[in-house]
Amino acid sequence: MTTDYKISEMKMSEEQTGKWGMVIDQDICTGCQACVAACAMENNVTFVGEVDSGYGRSMHWIRIERFWEGEYPEVKMTSNQPMLCQQCGHATCEPVCPAFATVHSQAEQLNLQVYNRCVGTRYCANNCPYQVRAFNWRDYQRPEPLPNQFNPDVTVRRKGVMEKCTFCIQRIHKAQDKAKSEGREVVDGEFTTACAQACPANAITFGRVDDPKSLVSQMARAHGHGVKHLEELGTLPNVTYLKGG
Amino acid sequence: MAEKNKQHQEKSHEEHLREEHLMLDPLPRGQMNDMVMESMNTTSWKFWVVFAILSVIVAVYLFYDWAVLIIEGQGVAGVMRPDYWGIFLVNTVFWIGISHAGTFISAILRVFKAEFRRPFTRAAELMTTFGLVQAGFSVFMHMGRVWIAYWLFPYPNQRMLWPNLHSPLTWDLLAITTYLLSSTMYLFLPLIPDLAMARDRSTGWRKSFYKTLALGFRGTEGEWTHLRNAMNIFAFAIIPVMFSVHTIVSWDFAAATRPGWNSTIFGPYFVVGALHSGMGAVIMVLAIVRGTMKHMKYFIRPEHFEAIGKLMLIISMTWAYFFFNDYMVQWYGGDKWTRQLLHFHEAGPLGWMWFAMLVFNVVIPWSVLWNRKWRSTPWIVFIVGLLINVGMWFERYIIIPVSVTINRMPFTWRLYEPGIEVPMGIGTLAFFILLYMAASRLIPLVPVWEVQEGQMAHAIKKFGRETVVTVSDLE
Repeated sequence: MTTDYKISEMKMSEEQTGKWGMVIDQDICTGCQACVAACAMENNVTFVGEVDSGYGRSMHWIRIERFWEGEYPEVKMTSNQPMLCQQCGHATCEPVCPAFATVHSQAEQLNLQVYNRCVGTRYCANNCPYQVRAFNWRDYQRPEPLPNQFNPDVTVRRKGVMEKCTFCIQRIHKAQDKAKSEGREVVDGEFTTACAQACPANAITFGRVDDPKSLVSQMARAHGHGVKHLEELGTLPNVTYLKGG
Repeated sequence: MAEKNKQHQEKSHEEHLREEHLMLDPLPRGQMNDMVMESMNTTSWKFWVVFAILSVIVAVYLFYDWAVLIIEGQGVAGVMRPDYWGIFLVNTVFWIGISHAGTFISAILRVFKAEFRRPFTRAAELMTTFGLVQAGFSVFMHMGRVWIAYWLFPYPNQRMLWPNLHSPLTWDLLAITTYLLSSTMYLFLPLIPDLAMARDRSTGWRKSFYKTLALGFRGTEGEWTHLRNAMNIFAFAIIPVMFSVHTIVSWDFAAATRPGWNSTIFGPYFVVGALHSGMGAVIMVLAIVRGTMKHMKYFIRPEHFEAIGKLMLIISMTWAYFFFNDYMVQWYGGDKWTRQLLHFHEAGPLGWMWFAMLVFNVVIPWSVLWNRKWRSTPWIVFIVGLLINVGMWFERYIIIPVSVTINRMPFTWRLYEPGIEVPMGIGTLAFFILLYMAASRLIPLVPVWEVQEGQMAHAIKKFGRETVVTVSDLE
């Protein structure tokens, strides 16, 4: 009897879907990189420069992955794949940090990175199957006029610290504060992340995945071709990709 | 005539035994003490030249480069996405591996009462402590913000924050710290009687140095009893610590989700790998000590190289077994990423390293060490030990930067190009040798009392015409 109870409890936590989620339609993504630029501006993501960027140190919280099939000249481009932190419900980055710098938010069901607490072992990035964590390899200088457009709501990170997509948690908090002061719940579509806001093709949709009526939940269910990346690892990602619809 | 000839043969047999085995070739205790003191107090100009060169290398390659690394950030190293872990961690694993031989030789052979261990236990234990120092350096170099490294320790603080005990890195830190402390104590305990010996035979600053370190040891029955009890406890207790350290180091990789790392056999595989490189390092150190230090040819003889050579052969076979097991199960599993990774190991741009690893770790030891004469020759086993260490370094390089090149996001695949890690790695090697050189002139490198104890227990006796080696167990 007790065992049954435990199994059902475990199942519940396995099926826990999280709170905030995203749907990315790969079929309409044009690969224009507007989301990458918007994300960098919103979140004070630093400017790495040509040399380091060419050596795999580009710092983006979201990136557009381009793939192709076949050998030259019969190359067939496949659809673009925007890749960002999947805000896993059962994240592999979290348990491996020795300093509790990467933790799970109980309130928002997001993976948080505590910059102040990070000592830079880079274990989380190593253990992230999506490879979406960005490390501050140096104190990069932002060329003019970039230093004039910092977002005051977001911390500026220094060298030796890991960072990653937060689902624009500053926007989540702003919307929640506003709703609370007006004595209501946050309405679906009231705010969105910087990448979703900037996407000219509307390929990115953000919202509550625990609300079955929200746009993001409906889209994830609608076409029956929603895919979660590397789901077989049991990471319970909160980003659904639509492809081949 | 026949009688005389036989007598001559008997005599030469006895002489042969004395020549071959240190335990059967006793010298007066005073003379032996003086020999050890002399070997410690003699420094030639060559010693100081090497010492000076190594000091410069340590100052520039280790400390100056480290300052650059801290000021500039990890960008001066070769790490990037997806190779977040590079040569710094290769060196960490490598130095922890080196440090395993000390405990293996000293504690395990002590527990099993292997007599050949007596003259070189300290030389091996010193490697443990100094190797762990380099491992510590390497892991701190790796950290992005090393100035707050103390956050990894469970220290009381206002925010009531403790290290994350879910993280293999926390286990690792605790295991390495435990190993460093216990191996240092285990190095110190058998050193006390020799320090007392040195105190009674030196003057000036050396006298006060040994006086402090010898803790007033006089050699009374009570002191010996306490010392023996403590040594016994440590010899038994440090063996599980040694096994746990490298198992936990392997969990840093085995507990991660990456293809090629997530292997259940990594624990024993890493322990055996550590012993493999450690034994190679011990035999190199012994060959150098025997060749360069005064009177060491008396203490360290071909029989010791022969005995360690046999151990190296067995460990090399065990390593090959575990390597095959690890490879076989991963390959048979058929996971598409693991298959890509295994192909990348053998046929990728660093495939030569994979084959060199197998040649250095398996082919060369097997083809050389089976021969008693070859494995008794110091320079031959020196070369074998050197190649094993190169091979084991390659093994760690393949496990860390080569394996993390392949992950489940092909878009990020990229080859690792080492930067400042290379000179800093050379710096740790130079610092290891420097510490060892300094220690060889500051503390008796041969445990004289242990050698004398062994020699007292052994004797060549004649029963009729038979020459017999007799042993009386003192302990």
